[in-house]
Amino acid sequence: MDGTVGAASASAAAPPSPAGAGAPAGRLPPGLSVERTDERIMTLNVGPQHPGSGHMRLVIQVDGDYIVNCDPDPGYVHRGEEKMAEYRNYVLNIPHLERPVIHDSCNVLYPYCLGAEDILGVEVPERAKYVRVIASELNKCIYIQYWLAIYGIFLGHSTMFMWPAGDRELLIDLMEKLTGARVTHAYFVPGGVRNDLPANFEDACLRQVGYFEKRIKEYADIFYDNPILVSRTAGTGVLSRMDAVRFGTTGSVLRASGVDFDLRKREPYDAYGEMDFSTPVLKDGDSYARSRVPWLDMMESCRIVRDALAKMPKSGSVRTKLKPNPKGKLPHEEVYRRVESGRGSLGCHIVSEKKPEPYRVKMSVPSFRNLICMPNLLRGEKLGNMPAVYWSLNYWPVEADR
Amino acid sequence: MSVIAPKFRLGYFLKSLTDNAFWSVVLLTLVGVPIIQIVLFYVELPVVDGELVNPFLALTWLSHPESIVPLVKALLYTDVFRIAVFPGFGFAALVAAGTIFVERKMLAKMQLRVGPFYCGKVEGILQLMGDGLKLISKEIIVPARADKPLFIVAPLLFVGTAAALVALIPVAPGWVVADVDMGLLAAFAVIGFFPIITILSAWSANSKFPFIGGIRALHQMVSFEIPLILSCLGVVILTGTLNLSEIAASQAFFPWILFLPVGAIVFFVCALAELERIPFDLPEAESEIVAGWLTELSGMMYGLVQLGSYVKLYAFAALFVVLFLGGWSGPLLWPPLDEQLINDGINAGPVSAAVPGLPLFSMEFFSAVIWFVLKTAAVIFFILLPRGVFPRIRIDMLLQIGWYRLIGLAFVNIFIALGLVYAGVIGPGGVI
Repeated sequence: MDGTVGAASASAAAPPSPAGAGAPAGRLPPGLSVERTDERIMTLNVGPQHPGSGHMRLVIQVDGDYIVNCDPDPGYVHRGEEKMAEYRNYVLNIPHLERPVIHDSCNVLYPYCLGAEDILGVEVPERAKYVRVIASELNKCIYIQYWLAIYGIFLGHSTMFMWPAGDRELLIDLMEKLTGARVTHAYFVPGGVRNDLPANFEDACLRQVGYFEKRIKEYADIFYDNPILVSRTAGTGVLSRMDAVRFGTTGSVLRASGVDFDLRKREPYDAYGEMDFSTPVLKDGDSYARSRVPWLDMMESCRIVRDALAKMPKSGSVRTKLKPNPKGKLPHEEVYRRVESGRGSLGCHIVSEKKPEPYRVKMSVPSFRNLICMPNLLRGEKLGNMPAVYWSLNYWPVEADR
Repeated sequence: MSVIAPKFRLGYFLKSLTDNAFWSVVLLTLVGVPIIQIVLFYVELPVVDGELVNPFLALTWLSHPESIVPLVKALLYTDVFRIAVFPGFGFAALVAAGTIFVERKMLAKMQLRVGPFYCGKVEGILQLMGDGLKLISKEIIVPARADKPLFIVAPLLFVGTAAALVALIPVAPGWVVADVDMGLLAAFAVIGFFPIITILSAWSANSKFPFIGGIRALHQMVSFEIPLILSCLGVVILTGTLNLSEIAASQAFFPWILFLPVGAIVFFVCALAELERIPFDLPEAESEIVAGWLTELSGMMYGLVQLGSYVKLYAFAALFVVLFLGGWSGPLLWPPLDEQLINDGINAGPVSAAVPGLPLFSMEFFSAVIWFVLKTAAVIFFILLPRGVFPRIRIDMLLQIGWYRLIGLAFVNIFIALGLVYAGVIGPGGVI
């Protein structure tokens, strides 16, 4: 627009500069680079203070209405969770490791608990396995509703923001009854769950789930079957089946591209092997399919919750107490466990070195893996499709930064 | 679910009313009395009937209405009153304020929430005033590299243009600020200014997101103006006049929407696009381009643009009513007053005042205004409704709708009108 040399942007954001770009790089302060801009190309900073971005930045270059280059720039909310985990013992790690995705806190903690159980050598009681499945699926619904609300407001549909955000409160109340906390539950512990189901939980849970299933269908009436929405998101940001596998995407993005991959089926953990559910898979691989798969996931989650409530042992312990002070008795080993979270397969790699604290905790998060394919999807799209494609990738910036 | 708003209780409601009345009296006394003192001290007031004009004289006038009624009547028929108060800007701003309140409450009900509730105590009616006060008290920030004169003047131009559009709308027989023979053409001339002001404001901000928003607004408004103008041609063919008052008067028995539904639909969709309402709010798409061409506007400059856009909304709804829904026409709501009452004055029980010409307006006038306001409110309701139902559409889809679908439908509408005239149903020498 103004035709002058654009302001030096951060190095992570600089596109490959054309030959003979500006001043020699030696004179610039470290971390900056000079970028020569074309008169037709305009660089937009979408984020971190943009209503259409999360805690991250997209450097987008547009030619007219078309995006010619996109450079995601995550890292604004890096909190060093993995490093912090090296200074706390296995139980004290629980509250802070769920912080990356507080809306999906049970699922974020799940692989860590599974791995810690392997290292500490504790068995999970049978009843706790079912309670974990129920809590995990309810929490997945809470996460997907939050995601759906933001997807709605990104597309300018304010009713779709308010409805899931309001219905989410009911499930949060249910989780509050179960765990005592509304959002950050810290419910899973190595060896089971923290406390047993409260009295009358089953009735309350079935009532809420029944209402919720009714509401899910209404979401389809107002949002997913809306002709404007379909014409706007169908055919945009198409990720082919091969590309989805090549980029290493997981979860709803992978399943929207026609790959049937669900860890709950492939590597059943806890009580998932006995649950009766199906994995929704769509073939189109566009933004619409990617936004429809989480909606189908919510239906399946409700089914799993009903199933788990029916098959659960009616009494028994829910927590195996850990032995106090396990110093010097822990084995020297590495474990890697992964679960299917609201965004995709979430893994946790724990290295133990005979100390009460883990030597290394590495979280392999789905958000970062889904983010990788974003530049390829956005290149050549119109600027108006940017929010639709961006948020359909099921990317949670805080989780990607950890 | 946690309780957000307390239940409605009559006691609380009455208490809120009395609270408001109490504070009004206190504030009026605290602010009004010093002002009266200052005015009396500095201003040399005229002498009427051997007495200095003062606020207490009003009580005397009220007890002797025969001296004040002619004065008020003379004031009502001045141009200043028409421009500033009744069919002009004051009325439009009042409707705009009501529109904002209704929009917020209605949208809240659709989205299962409460909406503004606490400000003003009665269902949040003073929320708009609070928002206005906040906007006024905010600092006006002008970007360093902006074209300052243009940037500052653009919001004022926007409100002025919207008010100019209001001036052409006939609200009741004879009650219009500017009764021009080329009224419809003048309205389109005024509408043609909006894209210019928008792009001026966007360009003078010298910022990226306003620039993209301005370009979008320019595309959108220019391409939807063509079907908008074409959709009115059917009405012009049927009535044979461009005067808006005559068009409204021609629909005394049936509105043109019965004969030209296609034209009405095209006009309505184009009005949505011209007003930048959802689903056509691309120039202000927040998830793509922050706030579009409003991004750099701050404080009361933003408030002025919002006021202008709601006044514009009223003007478009009123234009729709005048063109397709029959304007003020409708059955009389009250029987007309008899001659004796108007000439001799009111004489009802203890109240007895022989004041000629006391009903300042005739019953026909009241009926006309109420019908007009009701119809306009209905149209505004349907303009607000899509906001809760539709997502935003994309610029290429928008232009495709404008250029392919709506222009074709507008021509269909013109052929329908021509067919009606040639078949001898309507028009000069027609059946109806």
